Amino acid sequence: MALVLDNLYYTKTHEWIKVENDIGIVGITDFAQKELQDIVYFGIEESIVGKELKAGDKFGYVEAVKTAADLYLPVSGEIIEINKELIANPVIANQDPYGQGWILKIKIKDKEELKNLLNSEDYKKHIGEA
Amino acid sequence: MIIYYNTKMLKKTPFYEKHLEYKAQMIDFFSYLMPISYRSIKEEVLAVRNNCGLFDVSHMGRIEVSGKDYKEFVNYLITNDIFSLKEYQACYACMLYEDGGIVDDLVCYNLPERILLVVNCANLEKDYNYILSINKKFNCEVKNISEEVCQLALQGKRAEEILSSLTNDNLSEIGFYYSKEMKILDVLMLVSRTGYTGEDGFELYFDRSYAHKIWDALFEKDSSLMPCGLGARDMLRLEMGYCLYGQDIDKDKNPLEANLSFVVKFNKDFIGKEALLKIKEQGLKRKLVGIKFANKTVPRPKMNLYDSNNNLIGFITSGTFSFSVNCGIALGYVDINYCQIGNKVYLENKKEGEIVKLPFYQFGSIKKSKKEV
Repeated sequence: MALVLDNLYYTKTHEWIKVENDIGIVGITDFAQKELQDIVYFGIEESIVGKELKAGDKFGYVEAVKTAADLYLPVSGEIIEINKELIANPVIANQDPYGQGWILKIKIKDKEELKNLLNSEDYKKHIGEA
Repeated sequence: MIIYYNTKMLKKTPFYEKHLEYKAQMIDFFSYLMPISYRSIKEEVLAVRNNCGLFDVSHMGRIEVSGKDYKEFVNYLITNDIFSLKEYQACYACMLYEDGGIVDDLVCYNLPERILLVVNCANLEKDYNYILSINKKFNCEVKNISEEVCQLALQGKRAEEILSSLTNDNLSEIGFYYSKEMKILDVLMLVSRTGYTGEDGFELYFDRSYAHKIWDALFEKDSSLMPCGLGARDMLRLEMGYCLYGQDIDKDKNPLEANLSFVVKFNKDFIGKEALLKIKEQGLKRKLVGIKFANKTVPRPKMNLYDSNNNLIGFITSGTFSFSVNCGIALGYVDINYCQIGNKVYLENKKEGEIVKLPFYQFGSIKKSKKEV
């Protein structure tokens, strides 16, 4: 069973976002890390920090032993930080996908966009674990 | 009334319950429910390299050939030479089509009055029917014993030590690619010093009714023994440059270009020999090579390979990130004029790789000191 936390928003492409005031913390879900298995590295350009990106934009990719997958932004906004520890030690996303394994922080442009995302119940249905 | 048929009945090996008990992530592997990994591929790969791992390989096909002229029959089927084997010795070989394309790669055991062929899971039905079609000229007894007999692979430098604790027999007298019928606990089985990892180790063939008993005994004897899935198995074999059927070899590849000449014996007759001689005479067009990439590049099957002028020179057949070598590694076919060791090759995204000598992993504990076939 994949872990799905109640206080997060989810995308159909298996990213999560945690909202703290107008800052969003983004990562990949426990379901995603289980599917990917051993993550080898995150391909995210440092140059995206400071850039304005839109909801649904590809912001990087993740390479695992079995496969690679693109990463998509849940909401629009300015990227303010990338988790350098995760880039240096990507296996953290396997071990703690909702905690130490966060990928980036974003200044959310429009909180209305959160309504387009899945809540935990919807996401559980989406991965067939409701 | 609508009747729903379960169109996809997945098969289970006798170790299925053990995989669940050991919390494996299961996948559909050519209609078998098999463990891809239990904890992480990395932990499992490194356990086999540094200690010992146990693999359920019961999904492999097992076919027994016996009866009058059974050795002549098998010798005609495979590229290696059965008559060069001592009793209980085994060999690796290819089975070919007339045109030199590969039906399958397999391990053949020269047992008393019979030969055991161990073939790929995905090819079992195809191989069995192919063998039966050739058998029309020989009339041997061909028996698919895959269901009755299960198979474990105990791999790693501590394999002999761990297995020895469950038997009174002397394992050290079993040489590389030799086998012996012996009792592990009180279960009679065929034990061979073989594997697919580059590490010393054994494969055990025994009646499926003892599956849980043997599995449990091994883990009870050594708590550091690591259950390993297909993910680790694939990485370990690729680190050694071993071919996988369906990826590196298939009906459109011949054993000469796949670096398998060492199991092709032209001093005897076999199906596909004429075609291979012709291919040899005309010269190979491409060759399977090992390619190493800088640490952050993960090569994948079907990716194209280019030279520095962007000319297409080949393609990747197997690729992964290797935890033993700590970089991206791949097997692929490269144009014969470009396949020299040291040459640089490029992926579509310009990431550079270098053709290197195989194996990628140089420190395997495999014991080749005793006679190797």
